[in-house]
Amino acid sequence: MIATKTITWFPACRVEDVPANGGVCVKYNNTQIALFHFARRNEWYATQNECPHRMQMALSRGMIGSQNGEPKVACPFHKKTFSLVTGECLSGDECVITTYEVKVEDGRVYIAVEED
Amino acid sequence: MKVVVVGNGMVGYKFCEKLVAKNSSAHFEIVVFGEETRPAYDRVHLSEYFSGKSADDLSLASKDWYVDNNIKLYLGDPVKSIDRVTKTITSHSGITEQYDYLVLATGSSAFVPPIPGVEKEGVFIYRTIEDLELMTQWAKHSKKGAVIGGGLLGLEAAKAMLDLGVTNTQVIEFAPRLMPRQIDEAGSALLQSKLESLGLTIHTSKNTTAITGDESIKGMSFSDNTSIEVDMLVISAGIKPRDELAKSSGLDTGARGGIVVNDKLQTSDENIFAIGECALHNGMIYGLVAPGYEMADVVVAILTGGDKSFTGFDMSTKLKLIGVDVASFGDPFAIGGEVKSVVLNDSMKGIYKRINISADGKQLLGGILVGDAEQYNMLLQTCKNKVVLPPNPEDVILGSRGGEADGGAGILSLPDDAYICSCESITKGAICSEVENGAETVEAIKKCTKAGTGCGGCVPMIKDLVNYTLKAQGKYIRNVICEHFNYSRQELYDLVKIHQLKTYDEVLDKLGTGDGCELCKPPVASILASLWNEMILEKGNDTAQDSNDRFLANIQKGGTYSVVPRIPGGEITPDKLIVIGQVAKKYHLYTKITGGQRIDLFGAHLSDLPLIWEELIAAGFESGHAYGKALRTVKSCVGSTWCRFGLHDSVSFAIQIEERYRGLRAPHKIKSAVSGCIRECAEAQSKDFGIIATEKGWNLYVCGNGGSKPQHALLLATDLDCETCIRYIDRFLMFYIKTADPLTRTATWLNKMDGGIDYLRNVVVNDSLRIVQELEAEMQLLVDSYKCEWKEAVENPEIRKRFNHFVNAPEEKDPTVVFDPMREQKRAKEWK
Repeated sequence: MIATKTITWFPACRVEDVPANGGVCVKYNNTQIALFHFARRNEWYATQNECPHRMQMALSRGMIGSQNGEPKVACPFHKKTFSLVTGECLSGDECVITTYEVKVEDGRVYIAVEED
Repeated sequence: MKVVVVGNGMVGYKFCEKLVAKNSSAHFEIVVFGEETRPAYDRVHLSEYFSGKSADDLSLASKDWYVDNNIKLYLGDPVKSIDRVTKTITSHSGITEQYDYLVLATGSSAFVPPIPGVEKEGVFIYRTIEDLELMTQWAKHSKKGAVIGGGLLGLEAAKAMLDLGVTNTQVIEFAPRLMPRQIDEAGSALLQSKLESLGLTIHTSKNTTAITGDESIKGMSFSDNTSIEVDMLVISAGIKPRDELAKSSGLDTGARGGIVVNDKLQTSDENIFAIGECALHNGMIYGLVAPGYEMADVVVAILTGGDKSFTGFDMSTKLKLIGVDVASFGDPFAIGGEVKSVVLNDSMKGIYKRINISADGKQLLGGILVGDAEQYNMLLQTCKNKVVLPPNPEDVILGSRGGEADGGAGILSLPDDAYICSCESITKGAICSEVENGAETVEAIKKCTKAGTGCGGCVPMIKDLVNYTLKAQGKYIRNVICEHFNYSRQELYDLVKIHQLKTYDEVLDKLGTGDGCELCKPPVASILASLWNEMILEKGNDTAQDSNDRFLANIQKGGTYSVVPRIPGGEITPDKLIVIGQVAKKYHLYTKITGGQRIDLFGAHLSDLPLIWEELIAAGFESGHAYGKALRTVKSCVGSTWCRFGLHDSVSFAIQIEERYRGLRAPHKIKSAVSGCIRECAEAQSKDFGIIATEKGWNLYVCGNGGSKPQHALLLATDLDCETCIRYIDRFLMFYIKTADPLTRTATWLNKMDGGIDYLRNVVVNDSLRIVQELEAEMQLLVDSYKCEWKEAVENPEIRKRFNHFVNAPEEKDPTVVFDPMREQKRAKEWK
């Protein structure tokens, strides 16, 4: 039997709760999710909030930007950067962060979370 | 005309490359036979195969290159015979090709001394990629290695053994010292001790008499009746020219090997040339790649109707052996009454340098460098071009002592025809003219001249030449900020001012491309703050701030923040001290006195920051800007109000200065101090600007620095009254803010400044640029528009709501924050 996981759209916050071109931290049960409004590109991204380098709950407070067009976030602690699309570390470390899908409807922001 | 090339090694390939490059007018049909199964690869960097380079990385050109250039390439098919009468060759597989000219580039093979047991398994030579593949396999089960040969190739092989994980490796050299052809006894001794410290065992004056074991190697025994246990051996004791084809075709060969050639590189048959390691020119075999390339060049010139000859080649060489630089140039061993030597032997740093100088002290004859060969290219060119030495010739290896550093000016003294890249024979003149034609980077120079693509040793010189040529053309060498802004910080500052831009997004839209990043956001945000002094968290600029500025506090281990209220000059009332204590207790903060005479409160949750600041502001405190690239503190000693030595009231002056420049944002943090007398208790000379009381006023010092690279501040002006002192500081700080690169402290800024402190003094004190009025006015604007940003933040609900950990649960704190108790207070939990 194939294990199936149900995707649910978790209502995180309102659009205006997130600073333009910045991030906030969303609490989903015991999980912390970093939510970013990339206003320059009219895009939304979500990743785990923990930076895997030193296990710090900090990515939501990081600066976002791009590297050769790839949207990324820089951890405030040591400026490790991660792709907001793939979660891949762009500053040469062997670590990946989880990314989540995001959608906006009627001014509300939803994050796709898996239910066991 | 048809040219057949026998051999597809580095020199054989280079011959083809050079002939193709000249093929525009004359038409040659080129046929190449190679013994190995892969096309020519870079044998010089063979050992990099073990440090991760693939066979493809080492390849000089793909098979397609030969096809594209109409070269017929037969691989894995050595030439077996030459019929000089019919001018045809026959290959191993039976292919015959007729030739007009034949070029022998058969190279060399490893010289294997006739030691009993060399045929055993586990004994290798070090020559081809196939050898490396075999070694790699064997090394997996090998623990004790040995290398016969302590010369250049032997040490390369030892490096390969280390890379293969055979760390217990012994080097066996027949001669009394390592690299006897290149370096002298003292240099060898130093090299040996360096290699031994890396774990190699080295035996000199050791003659191997037998390789022991049954099928595979188990040990080695020596003429001094000693023996060692070994399960892997690499023989790398020299080369043997591949002259067997020439010999069987009746061409003249030397008694100890090599195909005899004249200055035109013709063999005893004028239609047959020999180049590279197989050629014996004037009794000499050239076992380096650069002379081989030169030979290829000579033959190409002759075949295309030019007139060139090979008259010997300089055997100067520079290599990195197991991480140790070794170089020798010119005549490294020159001795005798007419020669003087300067020797530097620093066994502490592991550096040996020797230069040989003509009797009149004017010319460099040769030398040796071990441990540090940075000056190799410069010395080689000085030697080759007979550049007259400076009055103190030792300066060329020791560097000029006292006086101004020449800053690379040495390269300018070279003539235009000096070779910068010996591998590709590229002159200084050729590089400079390419720079003038628009090749303004090292990469561009590599592309259009091939200089720097061989051993790479000349790349630093190319870089200097590019910079100096650009400078000579009046071109400004810029440090652009990142991929989003093709401007230096100074240019960006001026442009933001001219266009009156007030937000990060406006700056990016007007002056940049793309979406910005963590490299350009903080400097642009800093420029905006330095120009307009507006609240840094408004107008969308909050997300352009570096994380500390964004939350107006310093992020610490675990994700909590520290709080530093301003305590100007370090002076504080008992009541204010009590408030700090009460706040710290209420919010469970760790307290510590900082190096800048204030109090730091650690361990504050993000959501507590506005509450903490409300209380501090109510008690009369304001932001200390400890989180910003901004003025931090002005430290002071107690001065004349209490101290029996104090000349002036240093505390009052420090407070005045701190309050004048509080909140001032700059390319980096700024620290200051005021001392009340020459005892200098405030340590003002280690600050970005420091003030020391004199009998007549104040002395102003600038551009000092503590930190990782301490530097004393330099005296800018003496015996100033308070007003003049402040005017000079206004000018100095504003000039720094306008011109420094991002994250450059004042000390580094001054170090990079042409003319140094004298230039700075001319600008600030003598107004040489006629800008001091502007600088003072700009500073006055910033002083007048100062507001405490924490006061603004706590009074603004839009800003305040950002100080929550969870956007959807603002009342909850980050549950992952953990503290450990320590000495009646607490500390952040150690991170993983």
